[in-house]
Amino acid sequence: MSTDQSVNALPPQPRANQLLQAVLGGGFVRTLLAIVLAFAVASLLIIFTNEDVITASGYLFGRPGDFFSAAGSAVGDAYAALFRGSIYNYNADTVVAAFRPLTETLRFAGPLIAGGLGVALSFRVGMFNIGAQGQILVGAAFASFASSMIHLPYGIHLIVAVLFGLVGSALWAAIVGVLKAFTGAHEVIVTIMLNYIAISLVTYLMRTPLLHDMEGSNNPMTIPPDPTAVLPRILGEGFALHLGFVFAIIAVVVYWWLMERSTTGFRLRMVGINPDAARTAGIDVRKIYILAMTLSGLFVGLAAVNQALGREGSFTPSVDGGIGFDAITVALLGGSRALGVLGAGILFGALKAGGPAMQVADVAPEVLGVVQALIVLFIAAPPLIRTIFHLPGRPKRAPRKVKATKQLEEAS
Amino acid sequence: MTALAPVHETVAAPPRNWKTPIVLSVLAAVTFVVFGLLGNAQEVTFRWSEADDTISLASLVVASQPLCLVLGVLTLLGAGFAYYRAYRREKVPLWVSIGVGALFIIGLFANVGAGATVPVVFILTGAIGLSTAVIFGSLAGVVGERVGVANIAIEGQLLAGAFVAAVVASVTDSLFLGLIAAMIGGALVSMVLAVFSLRYVVDQIVVGVVLNVLVVGITNFFYSAVLSDNSEEFNFPGTLPSLPIPLLSSIPVIGPVFFDQRITTYVMFLLIPTVWFVLFKTKWGLRIRAVGEHPLAADTVGINVNNTRFWTVTVAGLIAGFGGAALTIGSVGAFVREMSAGQGFIALAAVILGRWNPWLAAVAALLFGFSRNFRIWAGQIGSPIPPDLIAMTPYLVTLIAVSVLVGKAVAPAAVGKPYIKE
Repeated sequence: MSTDQSVNALPPQPRANQLLQAVLGGGFVRTLLAIVLAFAVASLLIIFTNEDVITASGYLFGRPGDFFSAAGSAVGDAYAALFRGSIYNYNADTVVAAFRPLTETLRFAGPLIAGGLGVALSFRVGMFNIGAQGQILVGAAFASFASSMIHLPYGIHLIVAVLFGLVGSALWAAIVGVLKAFTGAHEVIVTIMLNYIAISLVTYLMRTPLLHDMEGSNNPMTIPPDPTAVLPRILGEGFALHLGFVFAIIAVVVYWWLMERSTTGFRLRMVGINPDAARTAGIDVRKIYILAMTLSGLFVGLAAVNQALGREGSFTPSVDGGIGFDAITVALLGGSRALGVLGAGILFGALKAGGPAMQVADVAPEVLGVVQALIVLFIAAPPLIRTIFHLPGRPKRAPRKVKATKQLEEAS
Repeated sequence: MTALAPVHETVAAPPRNWKTPIVLSVLAAVTFVVFGLLGNAQEVTFRWSEADDTISLASLVVASQPLCLVLGVLTLLGAGFAYYRAYRREKVPLWVSIGVGALFIIGLFANVGAGATVPVVFILTGAIGLSTAVIFGSLAGVVGERVGVANIAIEGQLLAGAFVAAVVASVTDSLFLGLIAAMIGGALVSMVLAVFSLRYVVDQIVVGVVLNVLVVGITNFFYSAVLSDNSEEFNFPGTLPSLPIPLLSSIPVIGPVFFDQRITTYVMFLLIPTVWFVLFKTKWGLRIRAVGEHPLAADTVGINVNNTRFWTVTVAGLIAGFGGAALTIGSVGAFVREMSAGQGFIALAAVILGRWNPWLAAVAALLFGFSRNFRIWAGQIGSPIPPDLIAMTPYLVTLIAVSVLVGKAVAPAAVGKPYIKE
C-alpha cells in the first residue's frame, strides 16, 4: 500500500483541480468510448422515432427481421447523412462540392474553438465563465459598429474591426473579474445575469442609429459590415471557410504558450490550483481574477468577431447562435488544454455542419445536441465509463485522510 | 468540557453597515426627484376592479406629480430612519426596506402611467402567472442548496417538467397525470445530477450545465421528430381550469389575485410556507441544513450525508418539475421548444437574492414576474421607456444586489462541495 501512502501525502486537491483531473485524467481511449456511447444512445432515439421502425415494431414477433433492418437503415441513413454533411459528400458532382462539407465543419469549428479556449482559460483559474453568450453579443456589437460606422481602407479596416470585437468581449468579461475580486460575488450568477443584460442591451442598441439602419425595418438588426471589414475567404469563392478559422488556430497556439509556457500562465494556474497558496506566495489573487476574465474575454471575442464579420450580411441579437453555451461543452470535452479544445471544437463543428444534411435525410438534427451533451456527461464521470466498458480502474483514489483533516480545519 | 469556565471578552462594536440605507436613499431620491419634482402633472387612474367583478370598487384618480411628491417624502423619511438605525449600529428592520420598495413601485406606476390607467388586478395576477415557474424553481433551489447541492439544472428541470406534462396530459387525456409525470420528470433530472455529483463526485456546476444542454437537446429532438408533426396527439393537453374559491374570490383585488387561480398557483401558495416549515421547524429540515452547513458534523452524529443529499435533491426535482408543468398545462397548454427561456437561471438568482430563505426567494422570484408584466403594461400604454431597457432592469438589480448587498457569507457552507466519507 505504498502507493496509497504517497497519494495521502499529496496536498489537498481544491475543487477546480479535481474538475480538471476529472475531465482530462482519462485520456484518449475514454474520450473515444464516451463518443461511441453518446452516438449509441442517440441511435436509440433515432430508431424509436423512425416511422418505418414503428410500423415494423407492430409485428415485431411475427417478423423480427423487418424491425431490425428498419432500425439499421434508420441509423445508417442518419449517420451517412451526418458524414456527407460534415466530412465528405460522396454523392457530390464536383470535387469542390465533395470537399465543401469538411470546410464547413472547420468554419463552424472556428468560433467554437475560440470560445472554448476562453471558457477553458477561466476553468484553469478555477472560475466558471458561463457568460460567453453575453461576451459574444457585446463583442459582436462592437465589431459591427467598427465595421459599418467607421470607414477605413482595405486591410486596416479589418484589423480595427477585429480589435473592436476583442475589446468589447474582453471589457464585458472583465466586469465579472472585477466583481469577483472586489465584492466576492459568485461568477456563475454574475455571468448568467450579464448574459441577460447583454441580450437586452444589444437588442436595444440594434434599434438605435448606433448599430441600426433607421430607414430600414423596425426589428433589431445591425447594418451589414463594409466589404473591407469582412473576414476574407481563404480557399476561394467555392468555399465559405474564412480567415476566422486561421485566427482560431493562432489562438490555440497562443493559448498553449500562455498557459503552459509563460509566467503569467503559471500564475493563473497557481491561483486555479490553490488560491490560498498563491496568495501566500505573493500573488495578487484579485489581479489574477481580473486578468483571467479579461484574457478569457479576449478569446471569446474572437468567436464574436467570427460571428459578426464572418458573413457579408447584417445580424440580429441571436448572433451568438448558441456558441456561448457550446463553448462550455467544448472546454469541458477538451479538458481545458489547447489541443483538446482544438479537437473538441472540430468535433462539435462537425455536428453543427452535419445538421442540415440530416434534416434532408428526414432525421431531426436536434439529436446532435443530445450527442454533444452526452459526450461531455460521460467524459465528466470516468468511473461511469469504466464501469460500462469494464475498463481497469486506476488505483488512485481520493486522498481520504487529507480530505477529512481539511474539513476539520475548515470547521474550526 | 465542564471544567472550562465561560470566557468573557469585551465585544468590539460591530461595524456600521451602510449598504441598506444607501440603497433605500437611492430609491427615495429617484421617487422624489425623478417621479416627483421632474414628474408628469397628468392624472393617473388606479383601477381596482374589472367589469365582471361582484363587488366593484371605484377607480382612484390622482394627479401623478403630487402623489409622487408625497411618496417621495415618505420614502425619504424611511431612508432617513434607515440611516439612523445604521448609525446606532442596529439592523434596519425589514418592513422599512419593504415599505420603501413598495412606495417606490407605486411611484413608478404613477409616473409611467400618468395620463393612463393602472389595472391593479391585471398587473398583480399577471405577475403571479409569469413568476409561478420561477417561484417553484427558486423553492427547489433553496431546498437543494440548503442540503449542499448547487443545482444549476433547475432550468433543465423546468423544461423537462413542461415537456413531460404536455405530452403525458395529451396522451392520457388527464391533466392530473400530466402534473404527476412532470414531477417525476423533474425528479429524474435531479437524480442524474445527484448520481453524478454524489456518486461520481463530478463538479456540481459542470453536471448542472451539461444537464441543461441535455434536456434542451432531448426535448428539442422529440419536439421536432414527434411533437411538431402529431401535435393533436402528443402536444394538445389543454390547460388546468381556473378554480375560484367561493366567497373569498369575490373580495375586491385580493379575491381575483389570490383566490381565483389554477391548482398550480394554489400549490405554489401552500408550498412556500411548507418549505419554510419543513426546513426550519422539523427534524428532517434540521438534518438537511446540518448536511448543507457541516457535513462532517452531520455524519458524526449519524446522519447519512449522501443519502440525505440524494433524496432531498430528488424532492427539489419534484418541486421544479411541478413548476415546469405550470409553463404548459398551467398556462398556455402546448409545449414550445426551449420554453423555459432562462427562468431556471432566474430562479437561481432569486435563491441568492432571497438569501436561501423560501419566503424571500419567492418574493425575489415574484419581482421578476412583476417586472416582466410591467414591461407588457408599459408597452400597452405606449410608454416612452425603451422596452429592452425595462427588460434589463431585474437582471441589473440582481447583479447589483448579488455583488453589493448579499456578499458571499450567507450561503450554506458546504454548497457545491462533495462529501467523501472517512
